[in-house]
Amino acid sequence: MSIDRREFLKLAGISTILGMGGASAVHGLRSRVEASQIMPNPEALKAKRWAMVVDMSKFKTAEDYQRCIDACHHAHNVPNVTDNLKHEVKWIWEETYEHAFPGTEDEYLAEEIKELPFLILCNHCDNPPCVRVCPTKATFKRKSDGIVMMDMHRCIGCRFCMAACPYGARSFNYKNPRPFLDPEKENPEFPTRTKGVVEKCTFCYERLAKGQMPACVEASSGALIFGDIEDPNSEVRKVLGSRYSFRRKPELGTRPSVYYIF
Amino acid sequence: MYNAGKIIIGLLIFAGLVMFPFVYSGGKATAKPDPKVDTPEILKLPENERKCVESKAYMKREHMKLLNEWRDWVVRDGQGTYLNTEGKHFTMSLQNTCMKCHSNKKKFCDECHNYAAVAPYCWDCHIAPKEKES
Repeated sequence: MSIDRREFLKLAGISTILGMGGASAVHGLRSRVEASQIMPNPEALKAKRWAMVVDMSKFKTAEDYQRCIDACHHAHNVPNVTDNLKHEVKWIWEETYEHAFPGTEDEYLAEEIKELPFLILCNHCDNPPCVRVCPTKATFKRKSDGIVMMDMHRCIGCRFCMAACPYGARSFNYKNPRPFLDPEKENPEFPTRTKGVVEKCTFCYERLAKGQMPACVEASSGALIFGDIEDPNSEVRKVLGSRYSFRRKPELGTRPSVYYIF
Repeated sequence: MYNAGKIIIGLLIFAGLVMFPFVYSGGKATAKPDPKVDTPEILKLPENERKCVESKAYMKREHMKLLNEWRDWVVRDGQGTYLNTEGKHFTMSLQNTCMKCHSNKKKFCDECHNYAAVAPYCWDCHIAPKEKES
């Protein structure tokens, strides 16, 4: 059977139209069914943008810091890698003033401030550089509440985000983290990570979804204040409105969501 | 025929390689996988509540796609609750929903995955339920 040019163009045109119509009909139906199938957890805590205030005046003893760190690291199965400090995995940790706030330390600063360890975690920046560099969108800022999230399924371990983060808030799993976890103490409700992915604090998105405050906030007995920074009646806003606060490296324009007060 | 010797030897080697799997398994089919859903957690439920989030046929065919979508909805979209076709609500979580009932990973997951030689990487990160050696 031979087909002339006119015949061929007609056929091609008709099949294109049919194909486009069919695809859009199927697609429309599919997305509607899926959209009706999911919703946020009814008990979830909601905010436009989550933020944390670290009240340094309430951290008096080493125990006060350790309580928050342990609560977080236990809740998220953070491995305790001690044999090589470069392989250390941290979600929340202590840092000296000069490391946390470089450029602001001066010669005559009070000794107690200079030597005071600050509690450091991911700043959940409003303008996160780690998100901008991630080639797979494994790290992304959640539109609903501003949390800078990690999707471990997508992370390819390129570590661009670690280079981009000006706060050193990200840790890479150089080796399988499982052997560094105590199987007795692991939290069976939360996954571990695998070799070759980057991890960091997630503002306890999994606890917020269950209506609970982040693990460190719960353990801090009031030293960490957590809430919606875009809600003028929230506790964080009240604290920030009444006391002097500062953030890490504000000159970089990343607009951190973690504030420090004395 | 030129090079008859070499060709015949080559053919014999080829036939031997092709036949090897059949000869090795003794001509018998490998035992069919038999995944078990008789965990204590499931048996505790009343008869009419022993249902998965979707029908058995759907789960058999589509569980991997469902899990992929659950992951994206929870992690990327922040939507944590699933409404199934019967209107029941479920928290979307592999560790906290699926494996709470199917606490027998070895007989439930591995049984078929080993048979089909698929190695999903779920358990590289997700913690499998503790199983008693039976």
